[in-house]
Amino acid sequence: MIDTTGTPILAAPAAEGAKDQHMIINLGPQHPATHGVLRLVLEIDGEIIVRIYPEIGYLHTGIEKTCEAKFYQQVVPLTDRVDYLNPMANNLCYCLAVEKLLGLEIPDKAQWLRVLLAELTRLNSHLIWLGTHAMDIGALTVFLYTFREREDILRIFEGLSGQRMMTSYFRIGGLAMEPPLDFFDRVQAFIKTFPEKIDEYSNLLTGNPIFRNRLKGVGYLSPADAIALGVTGPPLRASGVDFDLRRDMPYSSYEKFQFQVPTSTDGDCWARYVVRLVEMRESVKIIQQALDGMPEGRVTADAPKIVLPDREKMKTQMEALIHHFKIVTEGFAVPAGEVYQGIESGHGQVGYYVVSDGTAKPYRVHMRYPGFTTLQALETMCKGRMLADLVAVIGSIDIVLGEIDR
Amino acid sequence: MAEALQNTLEGRTAVLEGLPEHPAIKAILAWKAEALVDAKFDRGELTLTIASEEIRSAAAAVQAAGYNFFEDMTAVDWFPSSPRFQLSYHILSHSYRERIRLRVLVEGGDPAVESITSVWPSSNFYEREVFDLFGIRFEGHPNLRRILMPDDWQGHPLRKDYPVEGYR
Repeated sequence: MIDTTGTPILAAPAAEGAKDQHMIINLGPQHPATHGVLRLVLEIDGEIIVRIYPEIGYLHTGIEKTCEAKFYQQVVPLTDRVDYLNPMANNLCYCLAVEKLLGLEIPDKAQWLRVLLAELTRLNSHLIWLGTHAMDIGALTVFLYTFREREDILRIFEGLSGQRMMTSYFRIGGLAMEPPLDFFDRVQAFIKTFPEKIDEYSNLLTGNPIFRNRLKGVGYLSPADAIALGVTGPPLRASGVDFDLRRDMPYSSYEKFQFQVPTSTDGDCWARYVVRLVEMRESVKIIQQALDGMPEGRVTADAPKIVLPDREKMKTQMEALIHHFKIVTEGFAVPAGEVYQGIESGHGQVGYYVVSDGTAKPYRVHMRYPGFTTLQALETMCKGRMLADLVAVIGSIDIVLGEIDR
Repeated sequence: MAEALQNTLEGRTAVLEGLPEHPAIKAILAWKAEALVDAKFDRGELTLTIASEEIRSAAAAVQAAGYNFFEDMTAVDWFPSSPRFQLSYHILSHSYRERIRLRVLVEGGDPAVESITSVWPSSNFYEREVFDLFGIRFEGHPNLRRILMPDDWQGHPLRKDYPVEGYR
């Protein structure tokens, strides 16, 4: 394979002398362990991995280019589709970025609901990770259990927004509408039983000798390497770097919640497994605090030129009708400037860089997603180890190809 | 520190007067004051514009000052203005719990800047992405190939003169 500048795919040749014994093999893009369409070109010496060249772009849809042709509000549904396991976290990050450009104040209730939903989304994402990761290792049963709970979360999302996965429930300036009447009861019922469910997964996996042996000591990443290679989220904390944007650079009133940030110094796949399990328990605590202390008030900001008016007002008040018409047909102008907003999603740090030129459409939207960077650390984690370990490592870094290729 | 400040500071002198104790500004001034071309503090975010040939050394300077984590890098095409391209590097500090933006302006003709992969290896994929989608070359990059588009693709899709739909 030759690129436009004529550089062969293996840009740096194998070590001299060893060249003849090394084999180049292809893993993916159609491989059940790659969690999507990831292609890895592997240089192996027998069964030992020498080099890994990730080839990505199979899911590239040009979302960043599409954003430039949409009104600000129309970008929200696109963000759902980037990291499709974390829809609410993506919405949140994008909305926070645009709200920072607009200088909008978001009511407390909307902020707390956003936190609640972001944590439910994290549970959703971690459940899929746990199920598929265990399945890669050969523990098929866990997948059925985690998808049972994921189904509960998706039903809550469906009741809330009308959609199971691509929720698009967030709006610039708040949320789409008040949550349905039974929403808080359903969330309460779910998180009441959820800690027992985590025990159930843990009983299936933590004592399982095959699962332990496949993960312990595999895919080691030192703290220095993790920072140099840009790893974020649970893999970073599993390598001993105690950094979580929710706690250290809080957004959307995360500073009002009490929670622990689990870390480990082992840096292997097992540490990542343990960190994520504890993170799920901490998310349950955050959701409980959000339910207990949910403030009263509106879920949208008081900004009639940005937030769509209530249907009732629209039918009775001329001004509301005009605002509705203007927002839908022309969008709303956003003051010129550039902002970057980072949040902690289930996979790691998500960042949205939004540049405005003062019109109703974003001049540039760039999305920073954790999988894109974490993939660069794959070679460091797998070098010198057996080919079979690669499957465990890919599962443990929890990548979603939709976010990598955008 | 900087978060407490809510007003906007526009221009190099205003920022230097308004934020005299900022560790990133101090580090860059101590390393090479003339490399800091422009500065802006807006919406709680600090933007430092660096002379385009100095970006690698500037990155090394802020890294030594405690901005240890490369978070994001991308480009903006200001076509048809000149200079055409803007590169935005977002650098995070785990200890200060703060983010800065290093900004570099590049002319449109044959855009090229120095790669910062020797400072942060994590910028590798990001520079490949900008090369792929904007056509900006990074000198000293170990493997500058297209990353998202097919290898035989013609053109750079995120440039403003590349249409969203229809014929190119």
